[in-house]
Amino acid sequence: MPETKELNSSADASAERWERETLGPVLKKRPERKKRFETVSLDEVNRLYTPADVSDVVFERDTAYPGEFPYTRGIHPTGYRGKLWTMRQFAGFGTPEETNARFKYLLEHGQTGLSVAYDLPTLMGYDADSPLSEGEVGKCGVAVSSLADMEVLFDGIPLEEVTVSQTINAPASVLLAMYLVVAEKQGADFRKVSGTLQNDILKEYIAQKEWIYPIRPAMKLVIDTFEFCTRHVPKYNPISVSGYHIREAGSTALQELAFTLRDGVEYVQWGVDAGLDVDEFVPRISFFFNAHNDFFEEVAKYRAARRIWARVMRERFGAGSERTLQLRFHTQTAGVSLTVQQPLNNIVRVAIQALAGVLGGTQSLHTDAYDEALALPTDRAALIALRTQQIIAEETGVANTVDPLGGSYFIESLTKKMEDGAYEYFDKIDSMGGMVEAIEKGFPQREIQESAYQYQKAVERGDQTIVGVNKYSMEGEQTEVPTLVIDEGVRGRQVERLERAKSRRDSGEVANSLEKLKRAAASGDNTMPATIEAVRAYATLGEICDALRDVYGLYEEPAF
Amino acid sequence: MNERKIRVLVAKPGLDGHDRGAKVIARALRDAGMEVIYTGLRQTPEMIAAAALQEDVDAVGVSILSGAHNTLCPRIVELLRERGMDDCLVIVGGIIPQEDIPRLKEQGVSAVFLPGTSTEDIVTFLRDNVGQRA
Repeated sequence: MPETKELNSSADASAERWERETLGPVLKKRPERKKRFETVSLDEVNRLYTPADVSDVVFERDTAYPGEFPYTRGIHPTGYRGKLWTMRQFAGFGTPEETNARFKYLLEHGQTGLSVAYDLPTLMGYDADSPLSEGEVGKCGVAVSSLADMEVLFDGIPLEEVTVSQTINAPASVLLAMYLVVAEKQGADFRKVSGTLQNDILKEYIAQKEWIYPIRPAMKLVIDTFEFCTRHVPKYNPISVSGYHIREAGSTALQELAFTLRDGVEYVQWGVDAGLDVDEFVPRISFFFNAHNDFFEEVAKYRAARRIWARVMRERFGAGSERTLQLRFHTQTAGVSLTVQQPLNNIVRVAIQALAGVLGGTQSLHTDAYDEALALPTDRAALIALRTQQIIAEETGVANTVDPLGGSYFIESLTKKMEDGAYEYFDKIDSMGGMVEAIEKGFPQREIQESAYQYQKAVERGDQTIVGVNKYSMEGEQTEVPTLVIDEGVRGRQVERLERAKSRRDSGEVANSLEKLKRAAASGDNTMPATIEAVRAYATLGEICDALRDVYGLYEEPAF
Repeated sequence: MNERKIRVLVAKPGLDGHDRGAKVIARALRDAGMEVIYTGLRQTPEMIAAAALQEDVDAVGVSILSGAHNTLCPRIVELLRERGMDDCLVIVGGIIPQEDIPRLKEQGVSAVFLPGTSTEDIVTFLRDNVGQRA
């Protein structure tokens, strides 16, 4: 101990000397560009980081080796030297036929996993023919109303081999059931089927707001999928706990980290309360983070995420298995950072954001297309986004060594700051009784709204620069990039297939399966078996969600 | 000085839940001294028009990011006009392709604000254009 103290005081002395002799005269001659330098989260950054800033970071305890607790440097001892991240571009638009063609296009060009974007009616549990679906069918994603659509969506794509991620939340259990039934029809073995369901309902109430049922029954549906997958589809990730949308809604990097991991803790707690074994179901919980503009802040966020999760799983839940302690995550570049103005600049933003995800050790990555502030991506824009990942992976050399930024005074200090800040949020949320209660009080929602507003103000004051928007803008600029147009006939074609599927099915079987589902929901039984049965009978998404709406009711957002 | 404050209904039609923009705009307009009523999510054009009439607003600000603007915006304008709100401005913000803007304007939308717009520009637009109202 005395030795460390001595080292510290000599470090302090040398820092003082540097400030006096070298820094001072320069500052006098040329003051810095700004009084305060801050991250995109409006968090202050110091001029210089030195050993003094990491005096409370102990290598063996906090940083350590990759593949070992607390996994700050990654969950694989070989980083990307063994296996590169999965290049998983999120895609979905129009009819299942159109999206199926895009999937095949991406696979042909070297993409290694699939990720489905569903349209808003699907996300909200409505069929294409619902009056509420007018104007929305196939617009923000692919339209799926029944198993008949899902069969087309995955036609010619072997689900035992390709891992598919599905971005679906409120009706996630139904889409999981459809996916499994398609796999079954392809002859796949459930035990070999892999993939990821977003299924993170908490962040819907917090940020993205595509909810159906009240929070507690919605949480019950999530736990049903955990239980079912643990037992029958053991290689499947039934949840991707998502900070992405929290960040897009305007949170800071720290809020994204803290709320996402605290959501993760909430799911684990509910699973444990339902009688599941931590070391059996937690290894299949995955995470999903944003990659925003502030490079170092993002890298620190991912490193802190792994460390926090490992510690919390061990300390709070007594996890024993290594897999339980290892946080695995997907990353997507920040859609919100893309600009309509000078849209080709977005290619550069995406490349830098993606690099942060890679240097943070992501398991899979989606790079946004440069035209996404205008519309859904064209083939050409989607291809450049994929190529961006391939250039990072195979040209830049960043995948050659594990955690290359580890040991940087700045990165280690920022990682620690993120970790400490997250624990402070955990304490606040715990004192409210948990995340469900905190959401009911509107706590994370208000925090995010406030950050979004402060950021907007900072941009308008010019404290935060957006190139091409509040600086270096071009008068009379014409955006000349071609955009993808979803033709208004999608709804008609989808309604036709829906009617065909309805006319062919056994309506008695449909009614019985829906009754069975209602009984399971009302009695608190696991709803997955009845959901699968209903899907097999070609009950539609809207019908299945209506059955659950009857039992659970609807969520009403309180005003904050 | 008994000038009536500008009254704005900020509305989020359609199924989309991305309300960051709507909420930031609502607060910025309030900070600029306007009276703002936020409808909350998933309002049908009928609900929006009814709220606009009931609140006697000078302008309706519609936030759409889902691509459903070509269906929803003309319908909102039409319903407002049916209710006799001929002077009520309809302004739209969100992800709107350039090529859709001329048609939206022909259909009665007063202005379209794309991502990157300063909230001050929207405040100025409302001050300049609501003024004509008796």
